[in-house]
Amino acid sequence: MAQYMFLLYDSEEWYDNLTADEWQQAMKLHGAFSEAVEKAGARILGGEALERSTTASTVRQREGADPLVTDGPFIETKEALGGYYVVEARDLDQALELAKLCPSGNVEVRPVMDTSEGAGPQA
Amino acid sequence: MSEAVEVTRVVDRAHRESWPTVLASVVRLTRDLDLAEDCTQDAFVQALRTWPDGIPDNPGGWLTTVARRLALDRLRRETNLRRKLPLLVEEPGEVEQPTDPLRLVFTCCHPALARESQVALTLRLICGLTTREVAAVLLIGEATAAARITRAKKKIAAAGIPYRIPADHELPARLDVVLTVVHLVYTAGHVAAGPELTRTDLTGRAIELARMLERLMPDEPEPQALLGLLLMTEARGDARLSADGELVLLADQDRTRWNARLLAEGVSRATTALQRGHGRFALQAAVAGLHVIAPSWEKTDWRQVVRMYDAMMVSWPTPIVALNRAAARSLVPHADLSAVLAELDALSNEPALASYAYLPATRADVLTRLGRPDEAADAYRQAIELTGNETERRFLTTRLRNLGQALGPADRST
Repeated sequence: MAQYMFLLYDSEEWYDNLTADEWQQAMKLHGAFSEAVEKAGARILGGEALERSTTASTVRQREGADPLVTDGPFIETKEALGGYYVVEARDLDQALELAKLCPSGNVEVRPVMDTSEGAGPQA
Repeated sequence: MSEAVEVTRVVDRAHRESWPTVLASVVRLTRDLDLAEDCTQDAFVQALRTWPDGIPDNPGGWLTTVARRLALDRLRRETNLRRKLPLLVEEPGEVEQPTDPLRLVFTCCHPALARESQVALTLRLICGLTTREVAAVLLIGEATAAARITRAKKKIAAAGIPYRIPADHELPARLDVVLTVVHLVYTAGHVAAGPELTRTDLTGRAIELARMLERLMPDEPEPQALLGLLLMTEARGDARLSADGELVLLADQDRTRWNARLLAEGVSRATTALQRGHGRFALQAAVAGLHVIAPSWEKTDWRQVVRMYDAMMVSWPTPIVALNRAAARSLVPHADLSAVLAELDALSNEPALASYAYLPATRADVLTRLGRPDEAADAYRQAIELTGNETERRFLTTRLRNLGQALGPADRST
């Protein structure tokens, strides 16, 4: 089994005009996604929704100076990171199949690096 | 023939025929592409050294056994043996797995890899080309080719791209990419970059892969269509070159020189495929079939050819298809050549065709027939500058000379 992080990117405008019903509906979709993952024999190891990117702060490392704290996300894009899951899956094919079921506009699937002894980034 | 020459010849043939089988078998054992490539290469080196003492009855089997033994030895020596051991899912004795090369093809053509990497990786791993050869075939720099191959291999390892033939329900979605890459491998061999017009090692390997896919999915029309298309193209191979080594276009080919056995098989595959569906390879095979059954270039059913391209434009509206459609339209009896020229001019703005010699070559032909030799000559010069193939360049230069025009600045640089 391998671990993959699903990074959920969505338009934040949607949140700004959200009704209570729509929120409930979204939560239901995430519940269904979790069930689908379990059913496929994979596992969700973790995951959270994130507050919108306007609430983010960025700590910027600088050479020869103290780190700089600024307002906002590091990169400005139309779609923002809105949440994540860490999923344990058989291989990339299974991870991608599961990502297709994930209720989000865009899902970036990133393998989690093996940092155990003797392993490390692929040369 | 001296013995050393004989051994080299047998090893060369084994390399052409057995490279993907040997490599794929080692990949199945080790799940490590780089290691598998090294060991496969070393097995061929051992063959060159030991086969002078006696060529084995089954060269492919010999190479597979040696490559797998080398891989296991190397894994045993390495410190990461314990991490890799759980991945070694089978006994080293189990060698025969005819689907191994196909697994490797589906790995190379995984949709999570960039299209350009898929082709480069297939040429490297399945066709056994060196990085330098991959670069030459794809008309890219050697460093770019190396980077694409390395990046793709890294992603396969790090992202856990599996080494398997997709399950039945996944096959249709994954099949299109594989068919496209196999077709590109054939095309790369059919109009090779460099001195020779064709690289038969590439065209042969592409046909082999198409046959494998057809066997894997006998009910799918598109693998059958691709195989039919490739066989019909292959059948015309000898007729593409004149006695003095010049390119002969389909229009001028001696049809008695076409390979009747390959043609018959190709037409039969294409016909079956067309009865089952109208995917883009079925339509392309239909075009090839219309050429094959026509008694001559002039008597080709051009209206029907245009209809096939019309259908292709619906499901697969690429600039190349549009260009082929325009070329076919220009050949319909009493064609409106000015309308075709306008269509070709519009295509000149397509970035995808910016370096494609066939577009100015087609424009040149239409302009010649419209009685506008000066513009035709300019278009030929442009085509000559763009083509990467020596034989094509000579062909276009002859066409230009036939117009009674000087070669001009574009040709002087070559």
